[in-house]
Amino acid sequence: MAAQDLFEQLKFRDPTRARALAAALERNVQAMGREVSVMHVCGSHEQAIARFGLRAVLPQGLNLIMGPGCPVCVTDGPEVDEAVALALQGVRVCTYGDMLRLPGTARSLADAQADGGKVEIVYSVSQAVELARQHPAEQVVFLASGFETTAVATAAVILSGVPENFSVLSVHKYVPAAMELVAASPETKIEGYLAAGHAAIITGWAIFEPFAARTHAPVAVAGFEPLDILAALVKVTELMKEGRPEVANVYPRCVTREGNLPAQRSLWKVFRLRDGRWRGIADVAGGNLDLTPAYAHLDARSRFTIDTAAVRNDDAEEEAKGCICGSIMLGLARPTDCALFGKVCVPESPVGSCMVSSEGQCRIWHTYGGLPDLRKVG
Amino acid sequence: MCLGVPGKILAIDGLTATVDFFGVKKELRLDIVDEPVTVGDYVLNHVGFAISRIPPEEVQETLALFDQVLELSGAKEDLMAADVRGEIAAGQDVREPSAKAKA
Repeated sequence: MAAQDLFEQLKFRDPTRARALAAALERNVQAMGREVSVMHVCGSHEQAIARFGLRAVLPQGLNLIMGPGCPVCVTDGPEVDEAVALALQGVRVCTYGDMLRLPGTARSLADAQADGGKVEIVYSVSQAVELARQHPAEQVVFLASGFETTAVATAAVILSGVPENFSVLSVHKYVPAAMELVAASPETKIEGYLAAGHAAIITGWAIFEPFAARTHAPVAVAGFEPLDILAALVKVTELMKEGRPEVANVYPRCVTREGNLPAQRSLWKVFRLRDGRWRGIADVAGGNLDLTPAYAHLDARSRFTIDTAAVRNDDAEEEAKGCICGSIMLGLARPTDCALFGKVCVPESPVGSCMVSSEGQCRIWHTYGGLPDLRKVG
Repeated sequence: MCLGVPGKILAIDGLTATVDFFGVKKELRLDIVDEPVTVGDYVLNHVGFAISRIPPEEVQETLALFDQVLELSGAKEDLMAADVRGEIAAGQDVREPSAKAKA
């Protein structure tokens, strides 16, 4: 069976198809006769693009830009401060691995751990619930990060019943709000979007139709293999060329029009949208997911008095140090435009959030070399 | 934490499945999977939860879509595209095209 798996996977990495798709892409962009920009909003897309060096085969005149597609990166400093304060007041804080080194306004959960705070890395929210069951005398808080795809998992464990000593500190974010933000920004001239396939598995692809119509920018839902991404780029440039602001589903093996309806019902039973600040970017209308009043008793913000005064230092935020993560996440700058990138700011000692998470653009470019331009090599 | 990984279900116990991810066995929860699954099905894992069953016939559908995208983009004159179409046609001889692909 392993051989069969490999066979299936290689079909989506087939160089013959890739070259044909790249040629089709070039024709579409040439036909438009000007420079155009397409944005994707997903760290996993950027990983695939950088890892497979896909920018090397993109035609001249096509800018493929990463937008605010990393939920860890847009978690605001004061939100991390809340988790740090809880860990230092004796609460056991559980979270996903890439949240550990994310700086708050002054300190990270890794710092809190070094100072004796109880911080646990979990792979799944179910493990955090398990820890709460194993330590009934302790309070266990799950710092819940991630976009709606990940919030669905948080909702599922809440709906299946959790012990009394378990609560959630939600920093979940909502992807469609990020796309609205980018489209509304006068500086970004994005003419088409790739939507993240895994988020669309939950939401369905129809959710992007009003967005495409309103912003006059077509959207292609894309998977994560090299051919998925190239095919979605061909499709979205096709729609751009023809002036058709439609949604194309180029990931039909996973994404349907309506999405995963039971998951959507779970999500909206447990969470509701709230305006909130996205790190380095702006206040985003409906950008955060908070627990609904029915589940307020599981909200760490209602259960505890969280005093962040002792761990907060707004003067220490990364913008003050010259970090441009905010501009990078809005697609206005590239990691290589930052004076700190790869010098002061490296994965071992990140300054900005984009270098912390494996889904952050700076981290990905630092790992895979960012912007190969093989045309210049000859 | 966003990476979705496909794996094959080896066993199911209530709402928990044992899933093989390229040789690594892991337990996944089935609370929110989009349709009923059985042993042998492929599912997409996201943070320990199966979020989608991947119907094997739709892999073929995606490959057909790539071909369609190429044709719409005027790739007919492209010699490589002809190769691609040949390859897909050859693939369809040995595989039953899915109901959706036929429609």
